[in-house]
Amino acid sequence: MSTTIERSSQYKVIGKDVLRPDGVDKVTGRAVFADDVHLNGMLHAKVLRSPHAHAKIRSIDVSEALKMPGVRAVVTSEDFPPIPEGIVKEEGAAFFALASDKVLFRGHAVAAVAADSPHVADEALSKIKVEYEVLKAVLDPREAMEPGAPVLHEKLNPMSFGARLEQHSPNALQQITSMGDIEQGFREADVVVEREFTTKTVHQGYIEPQSCVVDTAPDGSVTIWSTCQGPFRHRDNTADLLQLPQNKVKVIPTEIGGGFGGKEVPYLEPMAAILSRKTGRPVKITMSRSDVFEGTGPACASYMRVKFGAKKTGELVAAHLYFCFEAGAFPGAPVGGAVGIGLGRYKIPNQLVEGFDVVVNKPRTQPYRAPGATQIHFATEGVVDELCEKIGMDPIEFRLKNVVQEGDRNVQGVPFLRIGGVEVLEAIKNSDHYKTPLEGPNRGRGVALGFWRNGGGMSSCSISVHPDGTVSIIEGSPDLSGTRTGIGMQAAETLGIPFEDVRITVVDTDSVGYTMGSWGSRTSFATGWAAIEAARDVNLKMVERASSIWSVPPEEVEVSDGTFYHRDDGSKKFTFKQLAARLNATGGPVVGSSVVDPTRGVGPAFAANVVDLEVDPETGKVTILRYTVAQDVGQALHPGMVEGQLEGGTVQGIGWALNEEYFFDNDGQMRNSSFLDYRMPVALDVPMIDTIIIEVPNPGHPYGVRGVGENNIITPPAAIAAAIHNAIGVRMTDLPMSPGYVLQALWQQNGH
Amino acid sequence: MAKVIVNAVVNGEPVEFFCEPRQSLLEVIRDVLLLTGTKEGCNDGNCGACNVILDGVLVDSCCVLGVEAQGKTVETIEGLAGTDGDLHPLQRTFLDLTGLQCGICTPGFIVSAKALLESNPNPSEHEIRLGLSGNLCRCTGYDKIVLAVQEAGKMLTEAKR
Repeated sequence: MSTTIERSSQYKVIGKDVLRPDGVDKVTGRAVFADDVHLNGMLHAKVLRSPHAHAKIRSIDVSEALKMPGVRAVVTSEDFPPIPEGIVKEEGAAFFALASDKVLFRGHAVAAVAADSPHVADEALSKIKVEYEVLKAVLDPREAMEPGAPVLHEKLNPMSFGARLEQHSPNALQQITSMGDIEQGFREADVVVEREFTTKTVHQGYIEPQSCVVDTAPDGSVTIWSTCQGPFRHRDNTADLLQLPQNKVKVIPTEIGGGFGGKEVPYLEPMAAILSRKTGRPVKITMSRSDVFEGTGPACASYMRVKFGAKKTGELVAAHLYFCFEAGAFPGAPVGGAVGIGLGRYKIPNQLVEGFDVVVNKPRTQPYRAPGATQIHFATEGVVDELCEKIGMDPIEFRLKNVVQEGDRNVQGVPFLRIGGVEVLEAIKNSDHYKTPLEGPNRGRGVALGFWRNGGGMSSCSISVHPDGTVSIIEGSPDLSGTRTGIGMQAAETLGIPFEDVRITVVDTDSVGYTMGSWGSRTSFATGWAAIEAARDVNLKMVERASSIWSVPPEEVEVSDGTFYHRDDGSKKFTFKQLAARLNATGGPVVGSSVVDPTRGVGPAFAANVVDLEVDPETGKVTILRYTVAQDVGQALHPGMVEGQLEGGTVQGIGWALNEEYFFDNDGQMRNSSFLDYRMPVALDVPMIDTIIIEVPNPGHPYGVRGVGENNIITPPAAIAAAIHNAIGVRMTDLPMSPGYVLQALWQQNGH
Repeated sequence: MAKVIVNAVVNGEPVEFFCEPRQSLLEVIRDVLLLTGTKEGCNDGNCGACNVILDGVLVDSCCVLGVEAQGKTVETIEGLAGTDGDLHPLQRTFLDLTGLQCGICTPGFIVSAKALLESNPNPSEHEIRLGLSGNLCRCTGYDKIVLAVQEAGKMLTEAKR
């Protein structure tokens, strides 16, 4: 809520709380999300899902379903062309083509029915007869790595988040990195702490279920309206699975009701396209909430073993991080990313990181806001907190001593540019919260530090200048949280025009160049950069036009802050609007465009938390009393929205810390697939979150922007665990720290 | 399934519609009346995205049958803004105080907050958190929603003076 911010005022648009252009539509109900799309003649489809965690499909008989009045078509894997090896299988997308020979998790899609109404489609699902041969399932990653465990796949795709993994065992891939001499490091340590940690499967919990409307034309071309984070990935995967050229698939991203990593892949679109082809009519599929829990990708559960060694004086000297991520039915847990950032925030001369991507018979996991980082930080910051206790050092001082700074090398050996680890720690140390003593029984305070690499990648943008001096910007990044505002602000700043003169639209895959999805805290950074470059292109072309109007060489014309002027002749001057008015009559309109791939300029970032809480020793319930988060955002584009990211990510982290988990039974069935039983925080569960926005400009970006969206979820479970220890003296090593687990830990401590 | 005729007043306008007895009020509002501002998040009464006001009472429209609207008034998000496009104070404060991110839960929150402010025009922070605890938001962490409702309450109270 309250924000302290030291702000540079060098910008005219950036850093102001402008009104978001999509805001009125969203508060009046006008905004169109995927399920709001209604086309003439549209059918509704429902998906039949496997009741078994692991089984062979012997046969599928759809004849009775097809006989039902109102049923128009059924699709199974047989309707898909054979999947070419090396194309979609490498992308891990094969299973969007429906299960063929085997089902690999309960909820695995087997068939879909299109009918006149969703109720008829639902009824028809029960008429499809599938004969299964049930196989032994494996549900625990450690068991899955044992010899003799049931094997899910003949071979595993070794690519994970851009990293190539090694085969470890039939169900597991591994990645190992090391630095220095770990054994020597631990010998040098005065204090060593080693512990095991686990975390459960959790869901991103976006409020809008997956939904799409797909219309296949008689010529085979496919138009998709979809709630998706990455329309180009949806397009490419759909084209691959249907064996269509990419220009025959158009994805129109609708407004998106949350994603957090869960809406990166096309669960529904390929099957809807086939149903539409078969019926000649548009087909809508919207998931039920239980479909979302059981049939989409939650965040991976984990088992972790952490050993850290430090000197009495506080310097970390050795670290060993071993972790298994439960990928679900197909490999692709965020092992590569977690290996990269797992220990990245501290200077540790001797380290070994072993990460495992393990398949089990559960839903195939997907990223969730800083994928892998929350689990790893829960474990490693937990061990750091214990080291601080053993050494007798203030937890912030300990971290200040060890945190990486400019010039220190990351795990790839590349020196960091300017980063804000020290700044966020100092901000917490100097906060009113940290300086105010906490009193009362069963109350505790905890701190933790989080580190995230942030993302870059390809984005495209174009800007049209209109005769009245307003501009239209088109870009390809679905707006999950207000990004189009921040992107438009960067263009307006570069053009030197007011934000109100900018109209910015997220367009379909035919209308803008390739743009990677809205994930990895990349959107405001990379698509924002694309908008800057498109605006620079506009400026360049308008300078040329002014030079031709004035009959002077272009190098004599300059532009600053939306004014074009001759460098020597003061009488030759155009405002942006004046020159825009001349364009059509002096050679035609100006359109600026850009394609960027700014992977090098990505600025990693830190967040630090302090939390006060109270544990009820009778029930084990934890109540958050006060929470402060400080995060380095580089340059806050829209401070109100940045605060919103910090608050929202923190509350998601609180939910992960205290309540959220999938309950699987022994058959791999999720037993709590509703919002009643999968308990996410409501307004009453949390206090106001105090945010401190730290601006350490990213030297790699024209306006100093760093990713903001993900960092804030990383730290809460670790900070809360530290606070629980401070309150009742118990080290919590398993998430969630829900009342039952806390009580169990208390009883164990008291010898019950 | 045979459809029945239902007469109701929706956002001040009398309407007559056909509906299957098994259709929920939410389905009718979205698929028959084409008022898609009311959202489906869970279809079992746990997220509040489908909140509407039925005869003055806040309901999860997914848990009410369409036929139950017979003879009743229904207020949806589309009915909040004035006919001249003026926003309701709640819509104004959600917008001005950044009380939304993705926007999917926003109509439900605004309708829910309207019902809250009608029964308690000047709620405390705790009363707002309690009053809105039937609505899930996964983006905002609730801070700015609570502040927007508090501010709208003040605006509405002052407007009445």
